[in-house]
Amino acid sequence: MNILVLLKQVPDTTEMQIDKETGTLIRAGVPTITNPDDLAGMEMALRLKDSYGANVTCITMGPPQARNMLRELYSMGADNCVLLSDMKFSGADTWATSNTLAAYIKTVDYDLIIAGRQAIDGDTAQVGPQTAEKLNLPQVTYVDDIIDISKERIIVKKALENNYEIIESSLPCVITTLSTAAKPRYMTVKGISDAFTKEIKQVSFDDLEIDPTIIGLKGSPTKVKKTFTKEVHKNSDVLHLDGKTSARKIVETLLDLNFIGK
Amino acid sequence: MNIADYKDIYVFCEVKDGKIHDSSLELLGEASRLVNNRPSLGYKVVGLIIGNYDEHLIDDIGYFGADKVIYLKNEGINHYSTEIFTSLFMDVINNDKPDIILVPATVLGRDLAPRVAARCDTGLTADATKLDFDPENLESPLLYVTRPAFGGNLFGTIINETKRPQMTTIRPGVMEKLKKHTGRQFIKDIRNVDISTIKDSVKVLEVLQKDHMAVDITKADIIVSGGRGIGDNFHILEECAKMMGAEVGASRGAVDKGYIKKDHQVGQTGKTVRPKVYIACGISGAVQHLAGMEKSDYIIAINKDPEAAIFGVANIGFVGDALEILPLITEEIKRYRERPF
Repeated sequence: MNILVLLKQVPDTTEMQIDKETGTLIRAGVPTITNPDDLAGMEMALRLKDSYGANVTCITMGPPQARNMLRELYSMGADNCVLLSDMKFSGADTWATSNTLAAYIKTVDYDLIIAGRQAIDGDTAQVGPQTAEKLNLPQVTYVDDIIDISKERIIVKKALENNYEIIESSLPCVITTLSTAAKPRYMTVKGISDAFTKEIKQVSFDDLEIDPTIIGLKGSPTKVKKTFTKEVHKNSDVLHLDGKTSARKIVETLLDLNFIGK
Repeated sequence: MNIADYKDIYVFCEVKDGKIHDSSLELLGEASRLVNNRPSLGYKVVGLIIGNYDEHLIDDIGYFGADKVIYLKNEGINHYSTEIFTSLFMDVINNDKPDIILVPATVLGRDLAPRVAARCDTGLTADATKLDFDPENLESPLLYVTRPAFGGNLFGTIINETKRPQMTTIRPGVMEKLKKHTGRQFIKDIRNVDISTIKDSVKVLEVLQKDHMAVDITKADIIVSGGRGIGDNFHILEECAKMMGAEVGASRGAVDKGYIKKDHQVGQTGKTVRPKVYIACGISGAVQHLAGMEKSDYIIAINKDPEAAIFGVANIGFVGDALEILPLITEEIKRYRERPF
């Protein structure tokens, strides 16, 4: 079984700060991480490998520094890692990204494609389904568990707002995974030392058969017109009181608002 | 593609538990607001519904703001299917040429919209929180779509000038629905559709309910919400919330640490809530959290740090330890309830 895992290296958005002087994001020094939903997908792929034997190939599109992430994925147990990297790919929206990913995936063999549901920098959840569409594959999104897999089909548990669905799809297909689906394993010492002997396959524009007008910033139908950070208005009374007085004041406020029944 | 051939605002209407889901009704309200703000376009609000439903459900789409309802009907559709819905949606796009398509950013909407957008090779903006027509050209149908990114730290306004339709998914709970008006006139366009040639290789075998402890905090009037600083003490919030008849919310930090379940999470990656009272306890006020609660009617903040950003959006703030203050609130309310007169 050949499993492709699609991953993205992202800035750790919980660590982001805003420059109060300029109102812009401070990106310098923000650590990069493997996107959490993708990492759960990676773990699910490795579990399939542990149980049934599988060849796990990690694919990412990004700048050269994404190699660091791929080294870590080798350390976790990836069999192959591929980096799609070219200035012509950069600045892509989800449609252009999917065109690029699909152009590469069409050149390899696979039975199952696992992508994280969404990346924490963009939160769009679009690249998985759009890649599935470009490959003409069925999809199941918001997957919380893989229940069973055979040569022809996979059964998964999908998480919806208020319930779950058990869904069967024919293979090959694309599933998108939630970060809660599987806790990623640690890198092993042997894995880490082996990772440096393994090759990261680099794919550039010239290696793909793809129309240059459907990729990168230029090929993207959606454009960012402007960006801004939210201004926070200081409009409250901030009181310094002892605990008991604070509690009494909060209860009085709730009473004033008619929120405590008689 | 001749962009001028495309017109009107289409709203995909999702049915949940036998009703048009609120998130879709909100989009009908927002679409009405948009067309009324730019009457020179002559655009209509068109609701699109796919499946097999009672007529009264179709009527609701009109009563909540659609000028026209396109109902793609087939008795064989008893469940959402990515492939069937995408194929049928594409037929409408090819036939009716909508300029703008709004889809709720629900689990279903976020499965369907990217698939449809990719099939017709147009742009799609995810999880929008604000829509407007081009403010610089008052005749323009170009949609300015604002959405948060980087966990709510940054906002971007996105446009799609080259492809049609202009598609976007919209975060549930952000837009406002209109009041239901049963006298509203609208056109019903019922189309019996054939699905026999659509290849669907995905099937739902079983629907499981989440454990009954799962809560829906979006319906609560009062939310007592805790941050990472609450640690393993969420039971203190729960006791206080119970006394008030409130639900318990949480920041992403608290959920990520495993102190409380994801159902309770408020914020950019959690739920958007607008209760009558939101009590933020030990929540610093990361932008990602504020995005999900700042529209609450009244916000009370308790935090040890007088500089915490949460005080910036609060109506009233208390500098102090929530873990000390909350049990006192519980006591105080109890005493009030048990008063002899």
